[in-house]
Amino acid sequence: MAIELLYFARVREAIGRSAETVSPPAEVATVAALVDWLAARGGGYAEAFADRARVRAAIGDGFVTPDAPIAGAREIALFPPVTGG
Amino acid sequence: MSAAILVRVQAADFDVGAELARLEALGGGGVASFTGVVRGGGGLEALELEHHPGMTEAMMTRIAGEAAARWPLLGVTAIHRHGRLLPGQRIVLAAAASPHRAAALEATSFLIDWLKTRAPFWKKEHFTDGASRWVEARAEDDAAAARWEAKRA
Repeated sequence: MAIELLYFARVREAIGRSAETVSPPAEVATVAALVDWLAARGGGYAEAFADRARVRAAIGDGFVTPDAPIAGAREIALFPPVTGG
Repeated sequence: MSAAILVRVQAADFDVGAELARLEALGGGGVASFTGVVRGGGGLEALELEHHPGMTEAMMTRIAGEAAARWPLLGVTAIHRHGRLLPGQRIVLAAAASPHRAAALEATSFLIDWLKTRAPFWKKEHFTDGASRWVEARAEDDAAAARWEAKRA
């Protein structure tokens, strides 16, 4: 199923784009698995997700943990820890 | 008590006096506020703030609502700028109006702690020598935000 991915800050810069549509295989069932699947593409993707401890994710408009299922998600954002305020 | 919540994400500057006057007009006994300003020095030329346009306002509204649920507030205001800002320019306003001084002050502190750690903004520093770097999340900010978790438990 197609998912719209949004990238922000350092992740966006490493990958070189702010959004793309992907169709991961069925066995990619969680946010952590999605990040692994993207990182396996190498290049900027491997760089963007080199430190998994510093990858955060949101599905829709809420933060999720790495074990969150991605089934049914239409939009997933991947980014570094936030630094607002 | 149902609080008047105002949340805005904008590139433009905001008028602190006008925003506080709106909270004062709600008829409470006190208005507390925090204004965040771009810190200069160290050769900083500008600070660039990126945000998640679909999510930022929703998250800020949720944070403001959480403040209103925890303290007896008449009004909550959270305004955050994005884009390129210069040293001395305002970034963020967090403010709360309440019949009670402690509630207004604590709610304001809570708002800025959670905005820092939960609102989807990222800061990039640009220096006069052409270098640039993303600001890292700080453990102190996480600790400041976490103390409100402990208080609720």
